[in-house]
Amino acid sequence: MTIKQLSVFLENKAGRINEVTKILARNGINMHAFSMAETTDFGILRLIVSDACRAVEVLREASFAVMLTDVVCLNCSNVAGSLSAIMEKLAAHDIFIEYMYAFAQGNEAHVIIRPNDLPRCMEILRHESCDVLGGECF
Amino acid sequence: MSRDEMSSLQGKRLHKLVELVYHNVPFYRNKMQAMDVYPDDIRTIEDIVKLPFTTKQDLRDNYPYGLQAASQSEIVRVHASSGTTGNPTIVSYTRKDLSVWSEVMARSLAAYGITRKDTFSVSYGYGLFTGGLGAHYGVENLGATVIPASTGNTEKHLRLIRDLHITGIACTPSYALYLAETMDKMGLTKEDIDLRVGAFGAEPWTENMRREIEERLGIKGYNLYGLSEIMGPGVSYECQEQHGSHVNEDHFYPEIINPDTLELLPNGRQGELVFTTLTKEGMPLLRYRTRDLCSLMEGKCACGRTNVRMGRIMGRSDDMLIIRGINVFPSQVESVILEMPEFEPHYMLVVNRVNNLDTLQVQVEVRQDYFSDDIGRMLAMKKMLTDKLKSVLSISADVKLMEPNSIARSQGKGKHVTDNRKLN
Repeated sequence: MTIKQLSVFLENKAGRINEVTKILARNGINMHAFSMAETTDFGILRLIVSDACRAVEVLREASFAVMLTDVVCLNCSNVAGSLSAIMEKLAAHDIFIEYMYAFAQGNEAHVIIRPNDLPRCMEILRHESCDVLGGECF
Repeated sequence: MSRDEMSSLQGKRLHKLVELVYHNVPFYRNKMQAMDVYPDDIRTIEDIVKLPFTTKQDLRDNYPYGLQAASQSEIVRVHASSGTTGNPTIVSYTRKDLSVWSEVMARSLAAYGITRKDTFSVSYGYGLFTGGLGAHYGVENLGATVIPASTGNTEKHLRLIRDLHITGIACTPSYALYLAETMDKMGLTKEDIDLRVGAFGAEPWTENMRREIEERLGIKGYNLYGLSEIMGPGVSYECQEQHGSHVNEDHFYPEIINPDTLELLPNGRQGELVFTTLTKEGMPLLRYRTRDLCSLMEGKCACGRTNVRMGRIMGRSDDMLIIRGINVFPSQVESVILEMPEFEPHYMLVVNRVNNLDTLQVQVEVRQDYFSDDIGRMLAMKKMLTDKLKSVLSISADVKLMEPNSIARSQGKGKHVTDNRKLN
């Protein structure tokens, strides 16, 4: 199973991220993880939220360009080497990672991965019995 | 020449011109017949108000040779200026036209104090643009030594200025400032060079820029006005008084009109500058609307010349921008954006002057359905627009992708330009 990541197009301008977080807060949407990718004049804010479908709706209403992207949410133990072992398997099967970001808490770490070949990546992870999080809306 | 003699000469030349275009250019014959005006109605220069106007659109509609009055075998050169959407503007010259052009250009140089003893560098672009070749033949006609430096390779150019003892230069005022900066970088001072005269044109400039150029290069800077539709550089020039540009009015008859009512305005009033090419054979134009806003000054100049002077260009009566000497219309940008479904049909041109060079930024909104999580695809989209703009505008623009709805929507005629250059 993959999960839905929310991507928001942002101009490089002070206060834009704040605008997004305010709208999500107002609608009771919680942010679990996010990362900011930036170029010289625009950025893409990528978020994992409690209700991705609702987030798209409210952000579009506020004129943001947003889209949902399927990504993998991998759970692994928060110890040295656990991610490395999985990455090695993916690399061995020629899976290229377009981007990834992670957050760790206690004994667990969650890694969001956007691979070039999503179905094959999922297949490999299943085969390796990796713990992958699922759900249309988190 | 007295004013009466000038008016009488202009009247005779205008009559001949009207005969020429009436019999050789169907566009003018049709226009005149529709207005019930015939060559014999035009006897004095005051009769000019009976004649129809010509616009840049007329030139485009008659692309390429529709307004040409001479047969192709008489044409010895063609220049072209940047087109807006689609057709460029073509101007053709007979041998006599080129001789008049080098004459009026030589007059301008003489007014700046250039003589045959000078070595003069022409740093306008050579090619379809009239600046390079126009100034070039003027310098040769005057008998000075011409250095056809064109644009680019500024360090090499500065070495030539120093080593060949170049005393005069024709270029855009912003290029003159760029020369000064490059001199600083190379460790050259104004004492190392012999430049004393600059002929500046092809873009609007200010008194402050003049002071800065004069101070940094140790020269006197003079205005050189022209436009390809009428001839090229040499339509008018400043004398050493630096008080208005003397119009070569025996060849180019100037009028100032109200751009809305098209009524002739008295001298001294600001309005749109209109030129009639009194002696041109290749592509003569009646009352061509330049879209440049300025006023005319009559009266004898302290230099002794009696020909009418143009004040500084105060703006445009259309939305044309002049960026690094190139004409840019917002409609050109619009036509490119409308062809690309990736972008909303809203845009803003932002013009700045950074280190004395004009920069153009084009802001466009990304359409919701074309937004991608993939940065590579977004950058490819940006590059595609950048490349298309470059091919249409002939200058590079910096494209900035904007959020939907972030560019102000205005009622009626949209405001598409923010010009941050301080020119007045």
